[in-house]
Amino acid sequence: MRAFKTLILAAALGLGLTGSALAAESAVPPEQEWHHSGIFGTFDKAALQRGFQVYKEVCSTCHAMSLVSYRNLQALGFSEDEVKAIAAQYQVPAAPNDAGEIVERPAIPADHFKSPFPNEQAARAANGGAYPPDLSLMAKAREHGEDYLYALLTGFEEPPEGVTVPDGMYYNKYFPGHLIGMPPILQDDSVTYADNTPATLAQSAHDVSTFLVWAAEPHLETRKQTGVKVILFLLVFAGMMYAVKRKVWADAHP
Amino acid sequence: MAAPQFKNPVVRWIDYRLPVFTALHHEYNEYPMPKNCNYLWSFGAIAMVTLIIMIVSGITLAMSYTPSTTMAFQSVERIMRDVNSGWLIRYIHMNGASMFFIAVFIHIFRGLYFGSYKAPREILWMLGVVILLLMMATAFMGYVLPWGQMSFWGATVITNLFSAFPIIGDHIVTWLWGGFSVDNPTLNRFFALHYLLPFVLLGVVFLHVAAVHVHGSNNPVGIDIKGPQDSLPFHPYFTIKDTFGLSIFLLVFAGFVFFAPNYMGHPDNYIPANPMVTPAHIVPEWYFLPFYAILRAVPDKLGGVLAMFGAIAVLFILPWLDTSKVRSSNYRPIYRQFFWVLVIDCLVLGYAGGMPAEGIWLVVARVAAIYYFAHFLIILPLLGKLERPRPLPSSISEPVLKGGGHYPTAAAAKPMEKA
Repeated sequence: MRAFKTLILAAALGLGLTGSALAAESAVPPEQEWHHSGIFGTFDKAALQRGFQVYKEVCSTCHAMSLVSYRNLQALGFSEDEVKAIAAQYQVPAAPNDAGEIVERPAIPADHFKSPFPNEQAARAANGGAYPPDLSLMAKAREHGEDYLYALLTGFEEPPEGVTVPDGMYYNKYFPGHLIGMPPILQDDSVTYADNTPATLAQSAHDVSTFLVWAAEPHLETRKQTGVKVILFLLVFAGMMYAVKRKVWADAHP
Repeated sequence: MAAPQFKNPVVRWIDYRLPVFTALHHEYNEYPMPKNCNYLWSFGAIAMVTLIIMIVSGITLAMSYTPSTTMAFQSVERIMRDVNSGWLIRYIHMNGASMFFIAVFIHIFRGLYFGSYKAPREILWMLGVVILLLMMATAFMGYVLPWGQMSFWGATVITNLFSAFPIIGDHIVTWLWGGFSVDNPTLNRFFALHYLLPFVLLGVVFLHVAAVHVHGSNNPVGIDIKGPQDSLPFHPYFTIKDTFGLSIFLLVFAGFVFFAPNYMGHPDNYIPANPMVTPAHIVPEWYFLPFYAILRAVPDKLGGVLAMFGAIAVLFILPWLDTSKVRSSNYRPIYRQFFWVLVIDCLVLGYAGGMPAEGIWLVVARVAAIYYFAHFLIILPLLGKLERPRPLPSSISEPVLKGGGHYPTAAAAKPMEKA
């Protein structure tokens, strides 16, 4: 109990400095151009579809995205039938049958994205002890959001003099502490885009980061569009209230 | 005040038996407000509206939220993704907490500047401090509910503070947790209390409003209403003024909700709680940072906890710490400067609270924490005796008539208006 409390206190008081020391060490991700940023930002649907392709063919080998369902993909511009076809590529456990056995069935649009590993232990075992985190909320769960994701995916480089990188680790300019368990899996031409966009590393990193923003904040467009209307309404309302206030108070200042 | 004659027969029938309409008429229609109250006086009404927004959005969220360690995080994401307008309700509630604190902090500092805590408004002020305490408890427990990393570790750090008390400390912590660590029972009771406390808060707000209506609102000059020429009826003068002030406040509120909904939050709270992984840097929500800085400024754990609660306790006895009879800072040239130093001190404490407690920031936090207490315990009692206030105007309408009036003519001014 005492040790636990000391640990907590150390966490509260001490680890703050470790964290910020690490953060201070790793470079600040440069800001990128995003179609969805700004007050009137909307998603670039073509980029979302390309980003989904990158996630599906590269990231999803190790990373789950358990909060997103196949049905959500319609927001990317896929038709209902296309979504059904995408879902059907995956086998998921069905409800127990009459004999109590759990058999596999093709996924339907209502299913969540199938995770690559059944549990965290299996994921660690397959990845040299490192746990590839779920990507559902990744764009909101890191400082600098999509700028950081893009920087991380393009930030692998040779370690500087004097830094030894242990086996199974890689050097990344933007990762806190620089040593990351994820290999530089995304490269030029890791995927072949259906729309013939050249799949450079920069292009595919940008596309998949856009896709991750959508995955984390699927209602971003509605939010911003509603926001513009609400702000306009409030501006008019405030203006009217100010005019009424002036009129009401006109006789109060002799 | 004669009872008003209501035209509607149903209203008249009810009012004869239960005079709610007469009461409303007295308190919100003809209630005399000092005519010189500026927009800083709107923040009481703004805070009230924010509380209502929080209660309504909170009840709606509770309809789709599951208080269980295995389901809480997913149920919040379910609200964000699948519940109709769930993202809107959740972002309103999340940012509403910050907006509520912004409104209340401005309301408190307005009270500090214009001496609104002085006789006969001591109980009004103390009820306000109770409201602040209830708000802090409610906000803290609400932040735990999404069961993200900051929820879990914030809850762990803050509940552990109680273990600083000798002998009973560990028992209090176990009792708070409902077990031997922050776990499902903790989440369940925090949800129950997070639902309950806002209604207690509403009750205290009712008393707070009742108390202000006894002697009326303070005003920028800080002297009492002398006659009808000094006041205006609450409606329509202040209903419209407060509505305009509120609409500006709502513009800022909407700006956060729709365009920067996570600006005041922490990214780590989008990572599900994991008792095995400590975040690199555990920080509370911004509105707790000044208190967090005071907590960490004291090298001793119990001392830190006592200092943190002491920071609120000095507010509670503030009406007796400030020995000056003059309410408004506009007539207290020296206190006015100390007031602004206190504002800067609180901002410095807030900034230091968000920084790691080491090196220069620890020194800054310590100096600022000492100054915070010195302001209330040393400067205020002495200043009341030493400071020579400017002459007060003889009535509210006098400086109003002269447009501003920081320097009323000596002949008309009565020195040291009895508060």
